[in-house]
Amino acid sequence: MEFSELIRTRQAQAELLSGPEAPALRGTLCVTGHHLLLSPKPQATDLWLLLLRSVDSIEKRVAGDSGTITLRCKDLRVLQLRIEGVEATLDVARSIEGLRLGDAWHFHPLESYYKRVALETDAWRLSEVNEDFSLCPSYPRVVIVPRAVDDAALARSARFRQGGRFPVLSYHHARSGTALLRSSQPLIGPKKLRCAEDEELLGAVLAGARPGAQGFIVDTRSAQTAKQARMTGGGTESKAAYPGWKRLHRPLERGRHLQESFVRLVEACGDLEQSMDQWLSRLDSCRWLAHVQEALSTACLAAQGMEREGACVLVHGAEGMDSTLLVTSLAQLILDPLSRTMAGFQELVEREWIQAGHPFQLRCAHSAFSHARSKHEAPTFLLFLDCVWQLGRQFPLSLEFGEGLLLALFEHAYASPFGTFLCNSEKERCLCEVRTQTHSLWSGLNQSKEQRKLRNPLYVLNPSALWPSVEPQSLRLWQGLFLRQTRPPERSEEVWEKVWQIVTDEKTEDSRPVVSAPEPQP
Amino acid sequence: MDHITVTKVENVTLLDHFAGKTLSNGILYLTATHLIYVEASDAARQETWIAVHHIATVEKLPLTSEGCPLIVRCKNFLVAHFILDSDTICQEVYISLLKLSQTVLFEDLYAFFYNPKSTKEMRENGWKLIDPISDFGRMGIPNRYWTITDANRNYEICSTYPPEIVVPKSVTLGTLVGSSKFRSKERLPVLCYLYKENNASICRCSQPLCGFYTRCEDDERLLEAIGQTNPGSQFMYIIDTRPRLNALANRIAGKGYENEDYYANTRFRFMGIENIHVMRSSLQKLVEVCESKTPTVTEFLSGLDSSGWLTHIKAIMDVGTFIAKAVKVEKASVLVHCSDGWDRTAQVCSLASILLDPFYRTFNGLMILIEKEWISMGHKFSQRCGHLHGDSKEVSPVFTQFLDCIWQLMEQFPCAFEFNEIFLLEIHDHVFSCQFGNFLGNCQKDREDMRVYEKTHCVWPFLAQKKPDFKNPLYKGLNMYEVLDPSTLPCNIQFWCGMYNRFDKALHPQQSMIESLLEIEKQKMLQKLKALDEPPEELFTSCHFGDLLSQHPESPLTNPLDFMGDLHALSREGGLQAQKDQAKCQCGDCPYERFEIIGSFRAISISENVGFSGDPGISEAMGASEAIGISKASSEEASCSQQQ
Repeated sequence: MEFSELIRTRQAQAELLSGPEAPALRGTLCVTGHHLLLSPKPQATDLWLLLLRSVDSIEKRVAGDSGTITLRCKDLRVLQLRIEGVEATLDVARSIEGLRLGDAWHFHPLESYYKRVALETDAWRLSEVNEDFSLCPSYPRVVIVPRAVDDAALARSARFRQGGRFPVLSYHHARSGTALLRSSQPLIGPKKLRCAEDEELLGAVLAGARPGAQGFIVDTRSAQTAKQARMTGGGTESKAAYPGWKRLHRPLERGRHLQESFVRLVEACGDLEQSMDQWLSRLDSCRWLAHVQEALSTACLAAQGMEREGACVLVHGAEGMDSTLLVTSLAQLILDPLSRTMAGFQELVEREWIQAGHPFQLRCAHSAFSHARSKHEAPTFLLFLDCVWQLGRQFPLSLEFGEGLLLALFEHAYASPFGTFLCNSEKERCLCEVRTQTHSLWSGLNQSKEQRKLRNPLYVLNPSALWPSVEPQSLRLWQGLFLRQTRPPERSEEVWEKVWQIVTDEKTEDSRPVVSAPEPQP
Repeated sequence: MDHITVTKVENVTLLDHFAGKTLSNGILYLTATHLIYVEASDAARQETWIAVHHIATVEKLPLTSEGCPLIVRCKNFLVAHFILDSDTICQEVYISLLKLSQTVLFEDLYAFFYNPKSTKEMRENGWKLIDPISDFGRMGIPNRYWTITDANRNYEICSTYPPEIVVPKSVTLGTLVGSSKFRSKERLPVLCYLYKENNASICRCSQPLCGFYTRCEDDERLLEAIGQTNPGSQFMYIIDTRPRLNALANRIAGKGYENEDYYANTRFRFMGIENIHVMRSSLQKLVEVCESKTPTVTEFLSGLDSSGWLTHIKAIMDVGTFIAKAVKVEKASVLVHCSDGWDRTAQVCSLASILLDPFYRTFNGLMILIEKEWISMGHKFSQRCGHLHGDSKEVSPVFTQFLDCIWQLMEQFPCAFEFNEIFLLEIHDHVFSCQFGNFLGNCQKDREDMRVYEKTHCVWPFLAQKKPDFKNPLYKGLNMYEVLDPSTLPCNIQFWCGMYNRFDKALHPQQSMIESLLEIEKQKMLQKLKALDEPPEELFTSCHFGDLLSQHPESPLTNPLDFMGDLHALSREGGLQAQKDQAKCQCGDCPYERFEIIGSFRAISISENVGFSGDPGISEAMGASEAIGISKASSEEASCSQQQ
């Protein structure tokens, strides 16, 4: 991340008050990547210097044509800066705000999520069984598992699951006392193998949930595909082996077919010559909207299972790295108000996609225009973003972020100067030293000058679940993304900007008084 | 009314197939003007009001284990699926509704007995609110090229045109009459819109009666004169909005289209908008798709495709855009016609006007445009909307398509319109409701013959009064956009769920950005007013501010208010809000119990107090001992309650 991007203004005229007794220091204030400087005279040697990282909190106030910034430092000092010019004050404040946070690589979504879970229930623990990625190469170092299950059992269960992806907690729904888990398919195989520890693990999930809770296993493959997977060593949980768990099949498109759907949709959107018939039949036959519908309704099913039936839900397909994540992350967005905030959503993406081992590198190697055919590409993450966009369209006041953030995530997932979406798993990111060698997208976004494009000015916390309508009439093509070529983005940006103006009551050149049409003469 | 043989049916279920739940039992009331369903549950009482003029079809299905299904389909796309207990009663309700909805005599239309208790003067002033002729003044007419003539004052030249028409100054009355004789239904070329900046104009007419060889000197002279009003251009377009094949077929019948060789300096173009019959069946198919229960994405999209509806919308948008570009970019005048020049011509001329002139994107502008290009120029509202029981082949959603096109523009230019979607829906409601005189009859002469201006009320003051609900908070003002250049690529033309699935609440976004912004603006305005220490009633007359509204002295009728209930749902529903006094009877006994006693009545009205006091006037009129809920003596909407 370039620090210079965060600096909105380099210089301002300011007066520093270090305390009630200390004399005021007047001069030119400079903002650099790491420091705040105040020099009384142009050639002065006695510079006042503050390391930006030491700022703990910042408060700004403007009055008339000057402003005051109060900096409370980590060393308990309180400093006041009086700055000439309102604009300058705001710019300096924003620059400090951006710079003091520095890098977001320090953020540990799993640990912080566990802290939240621990407040709600003690049925879960944070396990470091995968510390060296030996158990599951695509899981992060720490995972949240039932307290009743020890690491040895986890290791056994991991051996019984494809790619070692044993069932782990994805989301704890406090209100119903139920849990959402995800894993990969069990390695039942043609010989109908069983694994006591794996069965124990799922049993412990039910035991730790609200009394009498049953479980649903949402398999994202059709019953037939799941059965066929046995021939290649996979399969799906049998009812006899997992008492209390009921299996539901909700086939979701994945892999090559999903990629083809994406390619065909983009092709159709770029065709300027077609008739309405052709367009509608291509929109239909590419099946993208059908995929959106299936993803949303499967997520609703999982969420309903928890909220309305009071059941625990385990989601998996085959590898558990694509449609599984799509369902668990959407279900959380539906149920969890915190995941709909700016920070919460970023945490969700980090926890449920990046840390959960969605292979971004493989899936997003090519987008819709490439002729290179590799079987690993699939726009699963894009499908997730589209579903979130549909949610946002149906609940325009309930997401703290706007279309701008979703577009940014889409762009960065496919190509990014930041390291966040690099590699396929946490293990690879460690090997490549992504954290030390690159900058985090999250800090980049949070300090972006274009906050307005990312944030939803109309957001109000909505404590209830968001149940979207998945009827075809309610689903729309995400024009802001798919019609980029043919529709200038300015118009939706204009709307967004106008909404901001109304909400913040700004007077800019754009918002000059509306000239009304002449009243008709009676 | 004698049509109603049963006035109240208990134990009726209303199904909502999208919400996925069955509503609890309720009571169905039949009145002379409305069919009302009241959910019986104690909590939030759901009411469904259906204006009898909105009823398109009533269908009685065979008896099932659940009861007798009765399906009422409405012109505003409400589909109510009732289940009644008794087959006999169901049959009675069915017959009553059939009779009620198929009005035979125009005197029986609601507008002729709708009485909002306003004075004669208020009613007359209401009719003066929108003056279509004043719009020509705005265009600078009369000027050196154009003149407003009352040559048609007794409807002698053309019976479906208004008395005053705008024609080139240079032509004589003889030429006009001569030209009219050469045009279908005497609808000669007249001015519709003048683009002041470059003198290019849009004129409209019907097809020429030329057959294969016939010519008319007067008609050619008139077109030449129109061409000369735009000296900056070497040519003028003649747009035939029909597909070539249709126009050719008309030639055989002695009608047809202009021969470029006979009309100097013209460029002739066919467009390809289908006729009213194609549009009618297209809408029918669309409605079937919208009604289908939980279709898959594929079923929906292929149904949408085969209905052809969006293809037709695109065709209209394409022609509108073509005309606007011809005027703006090519600086050429355009003469538009179809067959009779009152359907497709009205659509594309008014659409092009909206594209060219920001004024038509304001409240007043749209009202004037509808009054001018549709009402006074003789769009056959009565037949197209099926106001009276008659020829179903004349019914066609021409005006609905026009509103759809405006909505498409609003989707593409969210900051360019002063009004929001609800305004369009409300206009759509009243086109069919027959509550106001504006849309009655097929032309100006009809309305005069029906004495609409003396006997009925004008819709525009009623709508103007509810303006706060119809505002688009994103509107950036008159000067922000000039000419709109919409994309008519298929992917930019959308299905209007808010219209065709309007009453399937479960399909709509569950929160509205527009409503939320309007609320924010309202709060801000209230704060400002508080600061100024002024009473706020002048500014807010929306249903959210019910009590303020009734203090509004000029309002010809007061909007009945839902002050306790779900306001959002109400405004979305639009619909004859005047009648939808969603009374919550928490503070009084239920007025509906009294319907029985009263028998039939025209409309109920419930004031904000929801107290029910006797109203002597009404009681006397009915000879009943009890009156239905009227209270606070404000300019409340009257309940027109004489018994038939």
